[in-house]
Amino acid sequence: MDPVLDIKQLTMDFGGLRALDHIDLDVKAGEIAALIGPNGAGKTTFFNCITGIYKPTQGDMFISPGGKNRIRINGLKPNQVTERGMARTFQNIRLFQNMTVLENVMMGRHCRMRAGIPGAVFRNKATREEEKRVVQESYEILEKIGLEQFVNEFAKNLPYGAQRRLEIARAMATEPFILLLDEPAAGMNNQETSELDQLVLKIREEEHISILLIEHDMKFVMSLSDRIFVMDYGKKIAQGTPQEIKSNPAVIRAYLGEDVDA
Amino acid sequence: MTALNEIKKSLLVSIWFMFLTFPIMVIKVNTVEQTISWRWNRLAAVGIGSFCLSFVWRYMLKRKETGAKKTALGNGGELSAVQRLLQNPRFFKPALLATAVFALIYPFYFSMYQVNIMTTALIYVILGLGLNIVVGLAGLLDLGYVAFYAVGAYSYALLHIHFGLGFWACLPIGAGLAMMFGIVLGFPVLRLRGDYLAIVTLGFGEIIRLILENWNAFSYGPSGIANIPRPGLFGMHLTIHQSLIYIYFIMVAIVVFTIFVVRRLQDSRIGRAWIALREDEVACQATGIDKTKTKLSAFALGATWAGMGGVVFAAKTTFINPASFTIWESVMILCIVVLGGMGSILGVILGALILMLLPEYMRAFSEYRMLLFAAALVVMMVFRPNGIISAVRRNYEFKGTNEKETA
Ligand SMILES: Nc1ncnc2c1ncn2[C@@H]1O[C@H](COP(=O)(O)OP(=O)(O)O)[C@@H](O)[C@H]1O
Ligand SMILES: [Mg+2]
Repeated sequence: MDPVLDIKQLTMDFGGLRALDHIDLDVKAGEIAALIGPNGAGKTTFFNCITGIYKPTQGDMFISPGGKNRIRINGLKPNQVTERGMARTFQNIRLFQNMTVLENVMMGRHCRMRAGIPGAVFRNKATREEEKRVVQESYEILEKIGLEQFVNEFAKNLPYGAQRRLEIARAMATEPFILLLDEPAAGMNNQETSELDQLVLKIREEEHISILLIEHDMKFVMSLSDRIFVMDYGKKIAQGTPQEIKSNPAVIRAYLGEDVDA
Repeated sequence: MTALNEIKKSLLVSIWFMFLTFPIMVIKVNTVEQTISWRWNRLAAVGIGSFCLSFVWRYMLKRKETGAKKTALGNGGELSAVQRLLQNPRFFKPALLATAVFALIYPFYFSMYQVNIMTTALIYVILGLGLNIVVGLAGLLDLGYVAFYAVGAYSYALLHIHFGLGFWACLPIGAGLAMMFGIVLGFPVLRLRGDYLAIVTLGFGEIIRLILENWNAFSYGPSGIANIPRPGLFGMHLTIHQSLIYIYFIMVAIVVFTIFVVRRLQDSRIGRAWIALREDEVACQATGIDKTKTKLSAFALGATWAGMGGVVFAAKTTFINPASFTIWESVMILCIVVLGGMGSILGVILGALILMLLPEYMRAFSEYRMLLFAAALVVMMVFRPNGIISAVRRNYEFKGTNEKETA
């Protein structure tokens, strides 16, 4: 079985700055993988490249939904990447602030819906049923993520932790096979972090979605991930199980005294 | 004690104003007799006037601030009194009925002149509603909207001259052509954002006008095209008065049709995508929405309505020339949308009626029209930045486990 996400020699230059330097990374089906590294290491840039927001300078990117049908995703637009089953969240929350929680999730269903302009104007049976179904499905996703009490609230009025979860809910609504989470626990308190921990495990177990996450919270990363990739200055400096990473001298050097074995 | 503070500040403003306007308001040099007259009473007028204005201004700002604080605490349900009234079916239904009756009997109780300006205002209603799709819903600042209006008007005029086509054939053709222009222009332009998009669309609007002005063989140049027929009614011969009433009713029908379509669009898969696109473009794409297609559809639909408006305009005035399609028309339509309330159908309708009808009834102030207009815009932007009626989208409300309904 192919890895669901397979990245080869990914390189990204911003003018003279090499933000990604020949990165190899793969995520296997059902795996929770983590990408860690100091600030500015290039983690978010990595996400932006593989989701089509940036156009990488070099390298090949493949996805295999369900472990087969390997597709090269170089040159795809972000929405095409999402349509093919790779969904993401953002480090700095990017919700549709003036839309309701339910509507935010419904936006995630957009690429799984068909209705066009004629459907919108004539509101034929198919369109009405699709709308009904989408509202129902979106509500179910909110229940799974545990946000159903906010269903009719505007996204901007949600507490911070709930906003992060709503981003996950919106990504889940696109029916991904792999979910990319960019610092999902940033700014969360301990209670919220441990709830998020449970949520990520649940997504993997119940929805069979693979996960690649960027995170600074070492406790969170070590307890959750099957494999960890470490980046520094755009280069991959290590990869392995949490145990291997903890004792890797290069990693300890990169973090320079940062608390790696917490 | 804050009141005292305010008075002090206003006093300062008025003194400052008196000082600034002193040379032009007070000193009058008579160059013939070589005398200077001092008009001190004017100084007092400036002082008192600016003091009062400044005080009222400050008071309103204060009120707005406290108001904003209050709504920020409430959970996002910033409904104004008007909106609450509208959501009350006991008020809404009779109001709708009254409007409908008024619209129907209007041409029989008012003079031809009044009917004429009302028809013009209705054309601007649909132009406003069309531009509202582009600017209000999808958030694309289009300053060349009038180009599509021109495309509609000229397609009717030229198709009539060359092929003898009538109004009813040209209405859909003009709309379709404008839509095609929208798509053709949209492709290269829609990758630009914000101000860049505004500048390029502005340029496009001017290009169309310049072409119409200079390509004599095609568009008959600045002298324009005259004798465009009014719409026909099953081959009957209508007097001018009758056909004006007829056009009025055609416009009423088009407005009703437009409201119907825009409402449905707003509340659909594509409408949600427009709004999401306005909210956050990057997130929108990452959520699986095709940015190009979504923007293009908004742009093309907006253009369609401009085209329709153009055809009716040509039929109503029976004469068109490039001077009717200057940048000021685009600005006017944009003002209608912004002043009325971006994204709000009722707001845009009110905006169009106010901006088109008020000047007609204020001919007495015609010299100050633009000045008043500008002042009104500034005041609006400070005190009601969301327009006369800010948009409350019919947002989806989840009720129980089995249905969505509307707010
Ligand atoms: N759009 C961009 N243009 C130029 N430089 C960028 C851009 N995006 C990221 N960078 C640079 O790439 C490096 C990696 O940034 P980033 O991926 O955000 O780091 P991380 O997410 O690991 O903290 C930084 O030096 C940053 O300044
Ligand atoms: Mg980052």
